[in-house]
Amino acid sequence: MSGEDTDMTQTPHDTHEPFHTDPSSDLSSHVPLTKPQLPAIAVPLAAAVAWGLSGLISLFMEWPVAGWVVLGWVFFVLGMPAWANAVEGRRKATDRLITTMVWTTFAVAMMPLVAVSWTVIERGAPALTVEFLTSDQSGVIGVGGGILHAIIGTAIITLVATLISVPVGIMAAVYLVEYGKGNRVARVLTFLVDVMTGIPSIVAGLFALALFTLLLGPLPRIAIGGSIALSVLMIPIVVRSTEEMLKLVPDELREGAYALGVPKWRMITKVVLPTALGGIITGATLAVARVAGETAPLLLIAGTLRSINTNPFDGAMQTLPVLIFSEATKGGAKPEYLAAQIERAWGAALVLIIIVMLLNLLARVVGSFFSPKTGR
Amino acid sequence: MTTTQEPAPPVPPTDHAPERVSRAGDSIFRGLATGAGMLIMLALAGVAIFLVLQSIPAIGASGEQAYGADNIVVYIWPLLFGTILAAIIALIIATPLAIGVALVISHYAPRRIARFLGYLIDLLAAVPSVVYGLWGRETLQGWVFPVYDWLHDNLGFLPFFEGPVTTGRTILTAGVVLAVMALPIITALCREVFLQTPVMHQEAALALGATRWEMIRMAVFPYSRSGITSAVMLGLGRALGETMAVAMVLSAAGVVTINLISSQNPSTIAANIALNYANASGTKTNVLIAGGLVLFVVTFAVNFLGRWLAARGQVKA
Repeated sequence: MSGEDTDMTQTPHDTHEPFHTDPSSDLSSHVPLTKPQLPAIAVPLAAAVAWGLSGLISLFMEWPVAGWVVLGWVFFVLGMPAWANAVEGRRKATDRLITTMVWTTFAVAMMPLVAVSWTVIERGAPALTVEFLTSDQSGVIGVGGGILHAIIGTAIITLVATLISVPVGIMAAVYLVEYGKGNRVARVLTFLVDVMTGIPSIVAGLFALALFTLLLGPLPRIAIGGSIALSVLMIPIVVRSTEEMLKLVPDELREGAYALGVPKWRMITKVVLPTALGGIITGATLAVARVAGETAPLLLIAGTLRSINTNPFDGAMQTLPVLIFSEATKGGAKPEYLAAQIERAWGAALVLIIIVMLLNLLARVVGSFFSPKTGR
Repeated sequence: MTTTQEPAPPVPPTDHAPERVSRAGDSIFRGLATGAGMLIMLALAGVAIFLVLQSIPAIGASGEQAYGADNIVVYIWPLLFGTILAAIIALIIATPLAIGVALVISHYAPRRIARFLGYLIDLLAAVPSVVYGLWGRETLQGWVFPVYDWLHDNLGFLPFFEGPVTTGRTILTAGVVLAVMALPIITALCREVFLQTPVMHQEAALALGATRWEMIRMAVFPYSRSGITSAVMLGLGRALGETMAVAMVLSAAGVVTINLISSQNPSTIAANIALNYANASGTKTNVLIAGGLVLFVVTFAVNFLGRWLAARGQVKA
């Protein structure tokens, strides 16, 4: 042991020798402290060259726009790292390649959004007439009529679902944050709510179907069943968002209220809930937007109807998503009927998207007023 | 409405106020809150119980009542296969995209526009599934048709691309649409874990001279591995249960095949229910509900696993 130790202490002396024997050498003259870098203009320049070259080729070959974009992308993906490799070295080249790839994924992810929005507007807009929005399908054969019954149905079913889900969801969140704090039941409940957010919508529909089959007999068609199915999907979303908001309420506020001798339930209703109100409204609105477009459960339990029904406890009720589905998938007796059905489906899709996007926008506006600022 | 379900003990005596006022209000409110929590558990249990109850008559179904299958297992198995196949296609497409998009939002985009980009991805999730279905059925299938033709001509020796290509409404198209729908949820969760990576780790990597990609590989990815896994599981849960998009896009034949671009496609459980519920009667309804029960169990297990992984990852952090 000791012999080895002395050996080890001696070796460094040998390796240090050259440093002391050659004081004239300047380290920086051998090892450059900076590496050459491409200027900031390099990326746009490379992009311009890539797509310019691709444009020339596309013009020459008479390719469509998609071909121009893809070929330009290929040139850029190959060219930019190659240039960087020549000037900056391999590691920088890899970095630039990955940067391009990562931004490409974003562009690819945006494509369906752009494509869907564009198609829905392009094909749905011609269908939007006054008649389309103010009449139903009763007595209509093939061509004509409107979707008012479906708009009303969607509004009623979603409203009833909201009336069920929001109080239950908020109270459950209050239980989790204010009463259950960390106990076993609360932890299990939090976990189950998380799992519940992943319940397939059709399973919620089957639940309502099974429930009302027991109550009403086979093949029940009742709008309130649709609301219940939507509630199963909506409650977990409301609980999660409300819970997050309640957790953000500072404990100082609660303690301040306690110090004034306020009972707990008054503290919750007068201090905690009003403080978190903005976030709760945002979460609830997003939940409404989410379930307003649900189709599968309504298809199973709310059914289809050609006329207006405003009583959720009495029979079938038409909704926008179900109308889109049935118009798009049922065959037409004549070609012009089929064309009219498809156009009706696109028109209804446009109306549905507008409703959902308005709800989303509303939620964001409310949220941006109230929510705490969190960077990204 | 739910005070009868109140199992809660009275307020523990360790509360702050020495002299309590309006205890009635307190206990009613507490009962309401607890009751709401219990109602949720009850609803979840109700979903399981009603599905099981309504599935029991399907166990003995055969022949005509089981849509021509010998028994319920033979009927559901091809559907389960189709469900999983479509979901796997969706995840193969969506996972790399989602990780890339999440990186854009968390690390690549300037802070100012990152929020806006995140909002755009959320919009992708806001589009109703039936609209994706309509789009896939009417528009996308026309766009992918030439691509499938090309795949068949050039990669036809692979069993996936055997063809023949006669329609764009194949399981691969359904998978693409499902990928679009699973993308936002995977992105949202990945973004969360990427943002939780300690800034110190990242800055240390950069200070040692790492490029941005090396920093992400060395500091961000190891930290968020379990988060990414759970995000993918939850995306899988979404893709497994999605109904309308598949029901509208797919031209289903209910066969078991890994040929992705022919007109003879496996159907999925959810789509099968949506397409057949209308003319189902008697035991057929129970057979469909039994399929739903299988779907419920599978998605519940997948979500359970995903949430469990996420929770475990959080504890570690």
